[in-house]
Amino acid sequence: MTEISETNGSPKSLDRVVIRFAGDSGDGMQLVGDRFTDVSAAFGNDLATLPNYPAEIRAPAGTIAGVSSFQVHIADYDIVTPGDIPNLLVAMNPAALKANIADLAPGSAIIANIDAFEPRNLDKAGYEANPLEDGSLDAFRVYPVPMTSLTLEAAKDTGAKPRDAQRSKNFFALGLISWMYTRPVEPVYKWIAERFGKSQIVHDANLCAFKAGYHFGETAELFEHAYEVQPAKLPPGRYRNITGNAATAYGLIAAGQQAKLPLLYASYPITPASDILHELSKHKNFGIRTVQAEDEISAIGIAIGGAFAGHLGVTATSGPGVDLKAEALGLAVSMELPLILIDVQRGGPSTGLPTKTEQADLMLAMYGRHGEAPLPIVSARTPSECFDATFEGARIAIKYRTPVIVLTDGYLANGSEPWLFPDVDALEDISIPFTTEPNHLNPDGSVEFWPYVRDEVTLARPWAIPGTPGLMHRIGGIEKEDGTGNVNYEPANHELMTRLRAEKIARIAADIAPVEVDDPDGNARLLVVGWGSTHGAIQAGARRVRARGHEVATAQLMHVNPFPLNLGEILSRYDRVLVPELNLGQLSRLLRAEYLVDAKSINKVQGLPFLSAEIEAKMMEMLDV
Amino acid sequence: MSDASNQSDANAVTLTRKDFTSDQEVRWCPGCGDYSVLTAVQLLMPELNIKPENQVFVSGIGCASRFPYYMNTYGIHSIHGRAPAVATGVAVARPDLDVWVITGDGDALSIGGNHFIHALRRNVNMTILLFNNQIYGLTKGQYSPTSEVGKVTKSSPFGSLDYPFNPCSLAIGSEATFVARTHDMDRKHMQEVFRRAHEHRGAAFVEIYQNCNVFNDGAFDGVTAKDKRAEMLIELRHGEPIRFGAENEFGVRLNQFGEAEIVSVAEVGEAALLVHDEHRYDPSTAFALSRLAEQPVSPTPMGVLRAIDRPTYESQVQDQLTAAQERRGPGHLRELIESGAVWDVV
Repeated sequence: MTEISETNGSPKSLDRVVIRFAGDSGDGMQLVGDRFTDVSAAFGNDLATLPNYPAEIRAPAGTIAGVSSFQVHIADYDIVTPGDIPNLLVAMNPAALKANIADLAPGSAIIANIDAFEPRNLDKAGYEANPLEDGSLDAFRVYPVPMTSLTLEAAKDTGAKPRDAQRSKNFFALGLISWMYTRPVEPVYKWIAERFGKSQIVHDANLCAFKAGYHFGETAELFEHAYEVQPAKLPPGRYRNITGNAATAYGLIAAGQQAKLPLLYASYPITPASDILHELSKHKNFGIRTVQAEDEISAIGIAIGGAFAGHLGVTATSGPGVDLKAEALGLAVSMELPLILIDVQRGGPSTGLPTKTEQADLMLAMYGRHGEAPLPIVSARTPSECFDATFEGARIAIKYRTPVIVLTDGYLANGSEPWLFPDVDALEDISIPFTTEPNHLNPDGSVEFWPYVRDEVTLARPWAIPGTPGLMHRIGGIEKEDGTGNVNYEPANHELMTRLRAEKIARIAADIAPVEVDDPDGNARLLVVGWGSTHGAIQAGARRVRARGHEVATAQLMHVNPFPLNLGEILSRYDRVLVPELNLGQLSRLLRAEYLVDAKSINKVQGLPFLSAEIEAKMMEMLDV
Repeated sequence: MSDASNQSDANAVTLTRKDFTSDQEVRWCPGCGDYSVLTAVQLLMPELNIKPENQVFVSGIGCASRFPYYMNTYGIHSIHGRAPAVATGVAVARPDLDVWVITGDGDALSIGGNHFIHALRRNVNMTILLFNNQIYGLTKGQYSPTSEVGKVTKSSPFGSLDYPFNPCSLAIGSEATFVARTHDMDRKHMQEVFRRAHEHRGAAFVEIYQNCNVFNDGAFDGVTAKDKRAEMLIELRHGEPIRFGAENEFGVRLNQFGEAEIVSVAEVGEAALLVHDEHRYDPSTAFALSRLAEQPVSPTPMGVLRAIDRPTYESQVQDQLTAAQERRGPGHLRELIESGAVWDVV
């Protein structure tokens, strides 16, 4: 946080700030974070967010396990991560303070709801003494604010019972922080009116709490001054704030439109993928059919049935669901039908960390099926790029008649950033014609339809859908004879079909964008290769290293299988290769196997994204400086 | 399961069994009951006045699941137990098609039990033909979820311990709107039941007693052998008192507990008999009737146990799409993306 200017009485300008709201899971911290984010987005800041919440809907109140937080990074320039160290922590209770204090740096500010720092809560959080009083927070700037009692006071004329009124304390916090960072208030008023318009009392209580928080900041002589963060100078165009899951849903809608195919989306509720189902279910006027299936296997089965019948079949899930869908994915590989599976990765194995992020499903996506069952894998690097990755996955699936796995993760799914709108009129036409005529001439001059005759370039087989006269055919998971598609157990045919399926996927490499290397002066000797959501932390780490006068190159893969054609040549250009991953080294193993490159890893499996400082430190180590 | 759009034009060429027969050699064991089911379906198809290209047969894994290869229609030989799920995808995407599910007792009731019950309760428009031979045939003779307790097989040398499912009871308990039973020894009966199942709008479930002459030969002889049928098969006819026996001397009535029981008509009088009503919305009586098929051998109802009207799943899916389009107009991608708070950077 660089302090740029100061004028007496007016807000102090900052180029960026990282704020973390933390409280009980029932305190509405995600809601407050979302509001602050939307207001800041509309104000024109660049931003990135990191929601972090427990798997339990209501873990025991007041405990460390029940703490939910939302970190937002706003800036007047383009930023790439939610920030390493919060400049300000809003702690609604002792547990929230205890769970987050280790992430602060000396000098960070803490606004604590002093009303909640009473013996029972202190005990639940494991504090023997009140940290607001025992001097243990002397390294920080601590602002105790009686949020609960001020909220109750503010709401006393609304008719809300005290028990209900105290729930508005998150809006008090939002009001206070809105004053502190000079945020416009009208969007919040409007949102409260829309959201709570049906209940006058709740509406009034929240509005009064918000205003009370704002006025408290203005009038209490607790704070020296407010701050402001000017709008960022982003590329021109129209923007909105978007989460990864919403971008994924929009990407699917765009893909259906540009493929001229109705969308059939089937999924089983699973964290953190369910929001894609929620979003798509809202847009039935686009002709989207959504099915909440009885289980993960059914969901992909329904998508496969839809694909056979001529729809764009899609299913989304997280790791445990991918495990369950493995056999059906193999069926789609064998039937050679277009299919999109979105894996919003979370911490594993087994139930693992349902609400936390991880990148440990790469090998599962690559190899998680019996037999030789290759399929393309596309990953998203930022929340808004989930739109592009999903669209690209659909393009490949349709063109090559293959299931495609799109890898996002919990960090991308729930995190958000400003999104420069794509030019929807310029989106690629990804449609292909259904086959409507027989494609095989028999020696006797008669014609018939063979479902496994292949396109010479793509090796894709024809897509002939039910209802088409004369093209009736039966296909399934049993090995098929090349061409006719009839059941066939011949040894040589199986090898031929296995190699054809592999070659079809391999050929996609020539049909995807080459890897772009970010090597500003072209003199770097260290290349950092990542994939998916580590993009922001790697970029931020590289900026820091470069700011210290060193050179480092970065490349972030979107296509993980097959690799882009130029990747091998790029790897060979650098003396050293570093691969940061939120797993124990999966991409690095693929790179080593494919290119015989001595790729080094930096790994993290804490359910959290990399800090840019962690990447920076490893880069510096690899640079021997 | 039927759809008006699948009816051929009045002046169309009349189709024959050949039009519904593929060029693939049928590879079931000689003497298998599956042959007669295949024949019944292939003979029925031309009578239904439907087009082969609008038929989709979806199967799982098991001997019966090879069935789609022998039909000159569209077909998916999917994976074990998942046929109802795959068929749901076809039906939801394309309500204009006739969707058939071919499955067996292991496929539908063991590994695929979940998809089976959910397809029924959703009332997806499909005809499910369950070939029940009370044994695993393709894996060479293990006991199945419909095998009688104590069955000695390769996997149960000391007798199986698992209590069996009654498939019709399970279907009724799963909120099925059409439930029927037939057997592979009576082609005409099969055709009539299949015709009714095809006509039904919604999920139509048919249990077929099917003989596996290699691993479980004669499993149903006690009820379906020619000399047993009169006293063991209870032919259900809508609107008629339920009677059976060589002289129609037996009947079915409901006792004070609502249970179906076999009675002598001479003893109780015809007025005491249960009059079969396929269309009773409440499933209790149909369920009670389904319980009569006790293993190993007891008088067994044949025909349509239950046939009620309830909107199909896919028609309701379509209704929601139509309503949303009428209310909000067709979707527009740019408007959707630009919904909510937007800002311009110049």
